[in-house]
Amino acid sequence: MTEAVRRRSWLLLLLALLMAAPVLVVLASWLAGPAPSWAHLASTVLPGYVGHSLFLALFTGAGTLLIGVGSAWLVTSYRFPGRRILQWTLLLPMACPAYLIAYTWTGLLASEGWLQQALPVPLPDVRHATGAGLMLVLVLYPYVYLLSRAAFVNQSAIALEVARTLGAGPWRRFYRVALPLARPAIIAGLALVLMETLADYGTVAYFGVPTLSTGIYRTWFGLGDRLAAAQMAATLLIMMATLLWVERRARAGQRISLEGGRTPASTRLRGWHALLVPLLLALPVVGGFVLPVIQLLYWAVPRMEQVMAPGYLGLLINSVLIAGLTAAAALAFGLLLVFARRLFDDRARQLASRVAAFGYAVPGTVLAVGAVMVLGTLDQGINQLTASIGLGTPGLVFSGTLFAVVFACTVRFLTIPVQGLEAGMQSLSWHLDEGARSLGMTPVRMLRRIHLPLLRVPLATSALLVFVDTLKELPATLVLRPFDTNTLAVRAFELASDERLADAALPALTILLAGLVPVLLLTRSMSPKERD
Amino acid sequence: MRTLYALLCLFTLAILAGCDNSPQQVNVYSARKEELIKPLLDQFAEESGIQVNLITGKADALMERIKSEGEFSPADLLITVDAGRLHRAREAGLLSKIDSRTLDERVPATLRDPDGYWYGLSVRARVIVYAPDRVDPAALASYQGLTDEQWQGRICIRSSDNIYNQSLVASLIAHDGAEATEAWARGVVANMARDPVGGDRDQIRAVAAGECDLAVVNTYYLGMMLTSDDQAERDVAAQVAVFWPNQASTGTHINVSGAGIPPHAPNREAALKLLGFLLSDQSQAWYARTNFEYPVRSNISVNDTLNSWGEFRQDELPLVKLGELNAEAVRLLDRAGWK
Repeated sequence: MTEAVRRRSWLLLLLALLMAAPVLVVLASWLAGPAPSWAHLASTVLPGYVGHSLFLALFTGAGTLLIGVGSAWLVTSYRFPGRRILQWTLLLPMACPAYLIAYTWTGLLASEGWLQQALPVPLPDVRHATGAGLMLVLVLYPYVYLLSRAAFVNQSAIALEVARTLGAGPWRRFYRVALPLARPAIIAGLALVLMETLADYGTVAYFGVPTLSTGIYRTWFGLGDRLAAAQMAATLLIMMATLLWVERRARAGQRISLEGGRTPASTRLRGWHALLVPLLLALPVVGGFVLPVIQLLYWAVPRMEQVMAPGYLGLLINSVLIAGLTAAAALAFGLLLVFARRLFDDRARQLASRVAAFGYAVPGTVLAVGAVMVLGTLDQGINQLTASIGLGTPGLVFSGTLFAVVFACTVRFLTIPVQGLEAGMQSLSWHLDEGARSLGMTPVRMLRRIHLPLLRVPLATSALLVFVDTLKELPATLVLRPFDTNTLAVRAFELASDERLADAALPALTILLAGLVPVLLLTRSMSPKERD
Repeated sequence: MRTLYALLCLFTLAILAGCDNSPQQVNVYSARKEELIKPLLDQFAEESGIQVNLITGKADALMERIKSEGEFSPADLLITVDAGRLHRAREAGLLSKIDSRTLDERVPATLRDPDGYWYGLSVRARVIVYAPDRVDPAALASYQGLTDEQWQGRICIRSSDNIYNQSLVASLIAHDGAEATEAWARGVVANMARDPVGGDRDQIRAVAAGECDLAVVNTYYLGMMLTSDDQAERDVAAQVAVFWPNQASTGTHINVSGAGIPPHAPNREAALKLLGFLLSDQSQAWYARTNFEYPVRSNISVNDTLNSWGEFRQDELPLVKLGELNAEAVRLLDRAGWK
């Protein structure tokens, strides 16, 4: 039986390879030998690119860990006024594309803006490297929050109670017990944050911060050296992969899976703590959601009639359709990859799922072009094949279809379910598998009856993240879409990049609203058993 | 398994979608944003009865798509917003020779490819805007003059990541040579009031806010701000004035949006018709009215905002030069430390 499954899983490997192909195209750029521009780049701008990217990675990494893990721990283990609202509002900034928050904060702080006119003191400027870091922290901390909260909620109360009886104080319990137990989930969130930070283009370009990703585009569009650009992207990817590999090695010996137990009990905060904690937790929500939405409304309200314009509903439908299909596809493939590794952890499968899951670290347009090339090659191959057997040429089968968009977005966001489900799968005891197999369950049945129900939370979180991310996604949709297929993100970006922020406000708000729905659904599905 | 079926369904759908073959249509790949091209395309569709299919995106990415679609590419017309990209598209074999006497007559020789591979559609000018209360326009003369020490700490200009600055520098290289232009770029960097940040509108805002006294921007951004439906934006724009640089020497730097026809275009005739339409008097007037760009021909009347800035002499450098020199311009800007 296992043999049959193993054979069938080769198909899976093939699928993983297809998913990995756009990333491999980027990596393969090094096969051509170093591009001509390297000497020039290294002697002029490259140190600046690397320096700024490292700074942003460190800043955003530290910031999102502090806010994400801190808030997740506080809302799961303490009770205080406003906790239930904060629990889900903390997720809201996630729906905001990073470039958009950069534009809105710039508008908010502008000298001719309503806020400055109302305030007597000069407002600070955010358009510098630290400002870019702050913007990224504001929209990216929810990734860490979401994944680490899921881990904290699923943690067994036993470990924490044992620690308490052994006399460990709240800090020590957090630091020595809860944090190490949640580490795989936290790292998964952090990895997403770092990849998105390194691949971010909109924010840094607008703030004039030269990073590797702006450098990649400058090299490609400006110098016209696509090879050097692809090689820079490949190098970025390899750096990211090394980082994750080192972390994995450090974690290798540990295989923690605690069974059973209730959700840890939460403590009620009293006195000034009960006031300070909710105020502190409200800060990122205000900065990452409330203020930007106020600014967007300020811009959008005079233009509300656009909603009625023909085609506006179409934008929304396209966005939701693409995001929904991508979420489903990414979840399915992610699950298959992770499950295959649970069954047979051999090198080929490891590598396949690793490579397939790195689309996130590549700047969007570079990856999109990788996907364009893969689909183009497939199309040419199909045509040659059909022509050679006398069937004529069907023309483009994949390129320029909705399939192409969903494919590219799936490749780009596959890392989310892979990271999320891997962390979730790791916390499932191996006794479960052994028990199921000894009862004669087939692997598929085991996946459906045992793993899936237990992975409900990571499945839901991954689906949400992919959905919202695809909703915001731009480069792949832009390059690969069929004729006359627009999305909200395309519309918002085209207007914003033309510096027509006020006109971009309405589609931007719609993205935020559309992202809100799954956030609310998720919140409900995640916390049926906790009530305060 | 269920996912596999779902994928199979998608695949079939994709094939069906690809089989749509209505008789008269034209497929446009445009780096010009939808807002700034769709109205014209709609008008063309209405007048000609030819269905126009549109995708927009970054020029280089669209070019990669045409390349990988190969001989099956549906692209009939590639529209970009700068001559440099059109030049690159030609070099990559993504454009074909058009050879049309009519188009040659409509577009001045400097604004099109010398061999007829692409044609300029609309002209934009890169000018100096200044704060009239702090700057005497008599002290301004040319782009070259921006390195003068009287402008120390008074200039705002956006990042050199932007194609507008790259093209400007390419034109200066063509006129003054690489060495002089590199010295010029260093001089401008030394005179900047702040590190480059934001887009062209942000530079105008900075002049209005007193952060700097001069900025180098494209005129249409000022035009859009002056006619914005946001009062604050109009107030900002009203605080700056336009200066046309290099009127006594080479003329003000310009660039074009333009278009060409890929070699495998399935609807070449329709594409030619569309190109002719985009160069017709009514379309040319539309660019000026809606986007505050200048028509490629001088006999077209423009709107009041453009008129208020007066007539100007354009740089007559063949635009194909901008494409040829773009990479050199970027390397030079890298060396000069222009962020």
